Amino acid sequence: MAILEFLTAEHRGCDENFAIAEEAAQAGDLARCQHEFQRFQRVTELHFKKEEQELFPVFEQVSGNTLGPTRVMRLEHQQVRETLAEMNSALDHGDLAEFLGQAETLLILMQQHNIKEEQMLYPMCDRVLGATAGSVIEAMRAVSDRPPA
Amino acid sequence: MTPTAGLSLEQAPPFSVPLRFFLAAPWYLVLAALLLLWRGPDLFASRWLPATLALTHLLTLGFMAQVMLGALLQMLPVVVGVVVPQPRVIAVLIHVPLNMGTLMLAFAFLTSSPDGFQIAFFLLGLAFAVALTAFHLALWRAPVASGTVIAMRCALAALLVTVGLGLLLDGFFGWGWRVSVVIVTDIHAVWGLVGWAVLLVAGVAYQVVPMFHITPPYSPRFVRLFALTMLVLLAGWSLGLWLGWAAGISFFTLGLAAGIAAFAVNTLYLLTQRRRKIGDATLNYWRVSMVSLLAAAIIGISMRLMDSLTQAPQVDGLLGLLMIVGFSIGVINGMLYKIVPFLAWFHLQAELLGRAKVPNMKQLLPDVRIQRQGWVYVMALLLLLVATVYPTVFAYPAALALGINGVWLGVNLAGVGQTYRRLLVSVPASARSSQAKSA
Repeated sequence: MAILEFLTAEHRGCDENFAIAEEAAQAGDLARCQHEFQRFQRVTELHFKKEEQELFPVFEQVSGNTLGPTRVMRLEHQQVRETLAEMNSALDHGDLAEFLGQAETLLILMQQHNIKEEQMLYPMCDRVLGATAGSVIEAMRAVSDRPPA
Repeated sequence: MTPTAGLSLEQAPPFSVPLRFFLAAPWYLVLAALLLLWRGPDLFASRWLPATLALTHLLTLGFMAQVMLGALLQMLPVVVGVVVPQPRVIAVLIHVPLNMGTLMLAFAFLTSSPDGFQIAFFLLGLAFAVALTAFHLALWRAPVASGTVIAMRCALAALLVTVGLGLLLDGFFGWGWRVSVVIVTDIHAVWGLVGWAVLLVAGVAYQVVPMFHITPPYSPRFVRLFALTMLVLLAGWSLGLWLGWAAGISFFTLGLAAGIAAFAVNTLYLLTQRRRKIGDATLNYWRVSMVSLLAAAIIGISMRLMDSLTQAPQVDGLLGLLMIVGFSIGVINGMLYKIVPFLAWFHLQAELLGRAKVPNMKQLLPDVRIQRQGWVYVMALLLLLVATVYPTVFAYPAALALGINGVWLGVNLAGVGQTYRRLLVSVPASARSSQAKSA
């Protein structure tokens, strides 16, 4: 399996969760939206963690480039996190209209980020990592969303 | 050179770079509507009338090319990973001559002025020379040749042909160059609408349809083959037309129409499979656009199978309107409603750095305003299509609807621009992000 395949599948999984949470908000179901949004946030944060802790450092080391593409990807993760926080605060206030407006914004922010990764960064990772890609995928699989004991 | 050299995922160019194109474009719909009001039903008599040609170019250059070139300046860094150098300078060098040249060309058609055609030649030549050079350099340096990159390369090759032939035709009117006007005009129009417009939209669709509507992806085989196949068919068709080879023309026309239909059906099918069930402004624009494209393909196929249709002058009008107002303007209009509010939000977020609350996309442009303009757009399209058959009854209502549609789109987009500026001014420059200022 290639990094492109592995992480692209994760993006699609996040999308799926996003759509379900957004649909609950559209239906006016605050409780279900909160539940689904938590789930979406968890898978998204776990995905970011896999990239930031495993993939990006290896890529930076092998390509000798710490100021390039991975720096921008980390910045964009931060932007997504900030928008997620806004959405959480909207849900805390029971403001589903605000949530939906932020969701529209988040979707584009997230997808233009995904396009960059899927179109360029992941194929490039597969290229520079070559045979070691498999071990990086294993390391990413081992990343857990539980805090270290 | 490491394999990552040339890859830049840096953020987009300053907002003003694409925004000037997006804010100017809707007013060409208004100009087109005014022209239609002025000349009335006669405009529908033939696509060869000077006023009809002026109208066509207000729509294709003033609206379509304007937004597409502006959007490419914005999108290339995201989709291709290559930054267009000196975006501000490039934007001015494209935007100013493109707008002056389009107005001059429309004026030249309306007044049959050789001087006008000569001036338009240099203005449009400059705008497209800058755009084509910048975009070709970026696309051929793309570190990864994805399906989108391939489609965009093919689209830009088609634009090169379209512009080259357009300048040749302009030279015919401006300096009396010897050109086979009828054949070259047909080739120019088909490369512009089928080559440039369809292939560019396809390249963008491969990304944005699955991503923004959360649908399954286009099949990899389709993505790999579509653009190149269409380019080969276009070349074959042009050669057939040039050599007067009737069987070849029929064969390649059917091939092109089938290709277009395949893309439209594929996209409509994916949209039915979307996981994002909630309504979305651009979704309906994609649907209208793809249905128009499919209708154009069906008419194209019918024309080859029934000779009587080829003789009817209304068919040309229908095809042109379906491709320009239905397919191209529809999808562009829908995309503008995603791009402009998102970019306003994005740049405000970067500039204000939490010093003021940034409105979300739906606050920047409420859905209800988008929907109302959408209905006027559909009305304008339908009236224009009916007007090709009954021009005396429907030409004026169609013109009115097109004009209202243009004003509404223009006002909606300008409103986002104004909110952006108002919020920027509300926060003192010293408090803004230094990174954003240097961008």
